[in-house]
Amino acid sequence: MNTPFVWMWDLDGWIIAAGVLCAMSCALLGNFLVLRRMSMMGDAISHAVLPGIAAAFLLSHSRDSAWMFLGAAAVGVLTAVLTQGVHKLGRVDESAAMGVVFTTLFALGLVMIVRAADTIDLDPSCVLYGSLEATPGDLWLLGPWLVPRAVVILAAVFLINLTLVAVFFKELRLTSFDPALADSLGISASAMQYLLMTLTAVTTVASFESVGSIIVIAMLIVPAATAYLLTDRLGVMVTLSLVIAALSSVFGHLSAISVPRWFGYVDTSTTGMMAAVAGLFFGAAVIFSPRQGLVTRWLRRTRMSLRIVRQDVLGVLYRVRELHEQTMPTNVSASAGVDVGKISRAVGIGRVTAAFCLWRLSKTGRIMPDPDGYQLTPTGLEEGRSLVRSHRLWETYLRDHLALPADHLHSPAEKLEHFTGSRMQARLDVETQHPRVDPQGQQVP
Amino acid sequence: MIIQRPTGSEHSLDAALSIHDLTVAYHRKPVLWDVDLDVPEGSLVGIVGPNGAGKSTLIKAAMDLVPKASGRVMIYGQPYRKQRRLVGYVPQRESVDWEFPVSALDVVAMGLYGRIGWCLPVTRKYRDMALAAMERVGIADLAHRQINQLSGGQQQRVFLARALAQDARVYFMDEPFAAVDAATEKAIVQLLRELRAKGRTALVVHHDLQTVAEYFDRVILLNTRLVAHGPTTQVFTSRNLHETYGGRLNLLDEAAEAIGRQKVTA
Repeated sequence: MNTPFVWMWDLDGWIIAAGVLCAMSCALLGNFLVLRRMSMMGDAISHAVLPGIAAAFLLSHSRDSAWMFLGAAAVGVLTAVLTQGVHKLGRVDESAAMGVVFTTLFALGLVMIVRAADTIDLDPSCVLYGSLEATPGDLWLLGPWLVPRAVVILAAVFLINLTLVAVFFKELRLTSFDPALADSLGISASAMQYLLMTLTAVTTVASFESVGSIIVIAMLIVPAATAYLLTDRLGVMVTLSLVIAALSSVFGHLSAISVPRWFGYVDTSTTGMMAAVAGLFFGAAVIFSPRQGLVTRWLRRTRMSLRIVRQDVLGVLYRVRELHEQTMPTNVSASAGVDVGKISRAVGIGRVTAAFCLWRLSKTGRIMPDPDGYQLTPTGLEEGRSLVRSHRLWETYLRDHLALPADHLHSPAEKLEHFTGSRMQARLDVETQHPRVDPQGQQVP
Repeated sequence: MIIQRPTGSEHSLDAALSIHDLTVAYHRKPVLWDVDLDVPEGSLVGIVGPNGAGKSTLIKAAMDLVPKASGRVMIYGQPYRKQRRLVGYVPQRESVDWEFPVSALDVVAMGLYGRIGWCLPVTRKYRDMALAAMERVGIADLAHRQINQLSGGQQQRVFLARALAQDARVYFMDEPFAAVDAATEKAIVQLLRELRAKGRTALVVHHDLQTVAEYFDRVILLNTRLVAHGPTTQVFTSRNLHETYGGRLNLLDEAAEAIGRQKVTA
């Protein structure tokens, strides 16, 4: 039962080619849909074109793609127009208007198809869930080559999309970002809107018969949304979305024909796997995105906490030393038995963290162990002094400028001290008029 | 005292902006009612009025961004669609998505798209022009930052640099002073004065009554209808303000207005 899959260029090669072309066509437009917060417009159009397809079919009595394109593209644009109309005339929210329009059109399309089903061979499931696996079965003779029809059509759609997005890149960027400025400059935001809607409609129809609707919706949103998390430049975002779309298709098909076999099942749907792989890419971007990714955020937070803890350790050591100087001025080098346990209690951290911080501090030459525990090196002494100085200056500042009561001074100062650079410290010193002691009566070092 | 209203005879062809009988309605509710005014070239005009008075609508209607129920707007004697190149626009800062993946320079260069023309790329020459505009408002060093990394004041300066890049003769600015830091506020005032010195005209939606007298030569007091328009010294009176704000003006604002008037006369 557990047979390894057999790779066949004539079959798998064409399936992947069709998948890649479809995914990239959708992803290209998806960038602008996502940025215009119109992601669901793709969903709406992909459903709403159904009556267009059905009408074209009923009128032409053929499954000729040209007629279907025209019918569907017309209804696709109609969806955009009707949505705006319902939104403005009906005074309802834009997404509600979209919901009303596309469900109505979709239902209308279903009724038309079911009515026609007696006489003509048009099955809703074949329109909605086209089968990518059937791609290599329908070949066109293109010069000396036999090429699947779906690949030819999707390649044409991809080229059209690529050309128009490249030509109108500047206009699409402006109308997506600031439609009011665009209109004031004479670059019609609604013209670009309709261009985008028309392209979405055409792409959706072309993809429908080869790959089905779910994958269209997924590819219109997921690659662009993933790319959005990874960059802050529109050009890079568009490029990345194309790469993600292509990779989703390739790995989608490869996993569709290999993964189920590992568990003794037959191949699964390639389009399903393509959408799933795209979802995995998105998940990975959420976790690993360099700017807002979960891992990045966690690392940044942890790094900052450790820095604060290390500074607190220096502060504790400095205060201990200060106390010593006051009580036993002759024996200033004593570390007073400051060990891991005492540090972890004084700073309020676990013993492991405390040990790690002490290790880091001695490795960077800020403290050194002595028989009794740890003591500050000259570098550590200076940093500890600076921290305690910031703390006491802040306490003074908060008392003078915010009139906080004495028992409210410590905890804000405890936070602020870690974010006070030398320039801010100098300004604090000036604004508190160079205090010699803090509100607690302790010396400002 | 009689409320000042420009009469028909004041309309002139060489006014930078001439609004005649302008009425705008949203869903049949009038937002602007029969507004009539002429703005002479080279003036800094504050547009003042309570929330919902139609201040933003006035400048949007002037740029054909909202449909007019009636009336006409002329820029240097011609309708807006023929004079686009003469007009610069600073929208409200909240009107765009600052998470959008573009750099500050990209946004400033957008002011040049009208001049670049359809489908042509933003070449080096235009990027340099955008950079020069950023230099003028002191944010050239932020050119390659993503726009959400900028502070509110810096974002406002990006919009101002974009309007400067448009090199217009009439500027419409929608609350450029809203929630900006003191340094940016100073920079904007400085910029407005430079524009005036070059004979440019600016209409600025403004909320802070305390600074109206200091910043603007002329003021438009608006509350759906035009309450008054004219030189600040003549029109920015407590009586007109009271009428504009319909008694909603509190004591503090009145005091501020009194202080402002003293500054003007001093």
